Amino acid sequence: MISVAEAPPGRQVQLRLLAGSNDGRLDSHLAQHGRLPVLETNQVMGMARDAGLTGRGGAGFPLWRKLSAVAAGGRAPVVIANGAEGEPASGKDRALLTYAPNLVLDGLQLVALGAQSVVLYAPAAGHRALRELLDARRAAGLDRVPVRLVTAPDAFVAGEESAAAAAVAGRGAVPADKLVRITESGPGGAPTLVQNVETLAHLAMIARYGAGWFRAAGTAEEPGTFLATVSGAVASPGVVEAGYGVALGDLIAAAGGASAPLSAVLVGGYHGGWVPAEGALPVSRAGLMPYGGSPGAGVIVALPRNACGLMETARIAGYLAGQVAGQCGPCVNGLPRLASTLTDLAQLRARPGLPAEVDRLARLVTGRGACRHPDGTARLIHSAMRAFEADVAAHLTGRCLATDARG
Amino acid sequence: MNRLHVDWTACDGRGLCAELLPELLVEDDWGYPAPRGDMSVPPALEPAARQAVDRCPALALRLTAPASS
Repeated sequence: MISVAEAPPGRQVQLRLLAGSNDGRLDSHLAQHGRLPVLETNQVMGMARDAGLTGRGGAGFPLWRKLSAVAAGGRAPVVIANGAEGEPASGKDRALLTYAPNLVLDGLQLVALGAQSVVLYAPAAGHRALRELLDARRAAGLDRVPVRLVTAPDAFVAGEESAAAAAVAGRGAVPADKLVRITESGPGGAPTLVQNVETLAHLAMIARYGAGWFRAAGTAEEPGTFLATVSGAVASPGVVEAGYGVALGDLIAAAGGASAPLSAVLVGGYHGGWVPAEGALPVSRAGLMPYGGSPGAGVIVALPRNACGLMETARIAGYLAGQVAGQCGPCVNGLPRLASTLTDLAQLRARPGLPAEVDRLARLVTGRGACRHPDGTARLIHSAMRAFEADVAAHLTGRCLATDARG
Repeated sequence: MNRLHVDWTACDGRGLCAELLPELLVEDDWGYPAPRGDMSVPPALEPAARQAVDRCPALALRLTAPASS
């Protein structure tokens, strides 16, 4: 869809993680940032709390809370840096592991003290370079705790936290039931910490430059920068970095600007939501809440006015239906039905009650899976029905506003 | 109030729970249990809920205390 890792991360709004030479080399990393200060686990936890660092994998859960839940287990944890990026519209984790992997590995060391096993879970394509880098870091005495590489399969749900933990335990990379949280007891019985690679990279920066420095970017409620993958109708798709609360228009401008008039923007990825293409809209939880959206893992897809938002959503829904793990009945059955019903609406195969049926099915699958795959899919579809309300009405009369606009 | 928890990775949609607990559960389009409300179990329905948990052939249904759910 987009090839992010090939595009140099030169376009930015506020560069931090990607402010260096971005060559992935250990010597340039040390020249820029120096060695990581030695910190104890409780210091790391306090720092993460003071900084207000939240997970950058999509859910936005405060890092320090997860750290403290794992510590409360009282047993040596399994620690996993999560570089799985099954979301087709996201390329920021791959970019980070290519351009600034040392920040990720520094951050992993900060949360790895006392762990029984420390893993970098990442797509196989990057393993050779990462293996060489891990060896170089060990030889330089940088990594106190050895890190094992585990392959993240290329599947949408493979990056879900319990799926990552299962893969690391040698099982299939599919989500598990949440009655017992993995921070308490993961697949092998040990407390398990799964943290997105970008979150760890931010932690490595906070350890060097402090919580106050971190908070100088973003908003008071949502501090720091985040990596965004901007694609769709933009001149120069790729990964950019900005503080939370950045204007949507500034993010799009950082990706070369819109290449056509836009009708809407998908924010937060395939489990995210459609928002109006308003340049001033702040990209933050608070700013996107009125649209039921959130920055998620920083995915931004610009929809040109001559493309049908319902068609695009139906295409994504079809993809998501094909990415079910195959474990949970309501998701296995509900997502394909939801996608085909939405496709009927998108392709002008109108019948009475079609929008109501889409709404019913989306509600029906919500909250009824081991993971949030059905919930996220339903959220996307609900947001499409709101954002493209006028087109829903037009489609029921056999017309498409976007296609009409093409002339 | 205790709550019902369905392990969706284990549930086969046999339908026993919805039969034993029609006040709380209804079968969806495919025979899987769908909650009527928020899955809280009123004290009066606690015995029926325990029976549903015990009889689930897939061992997919649990009763959880508020603190752990």
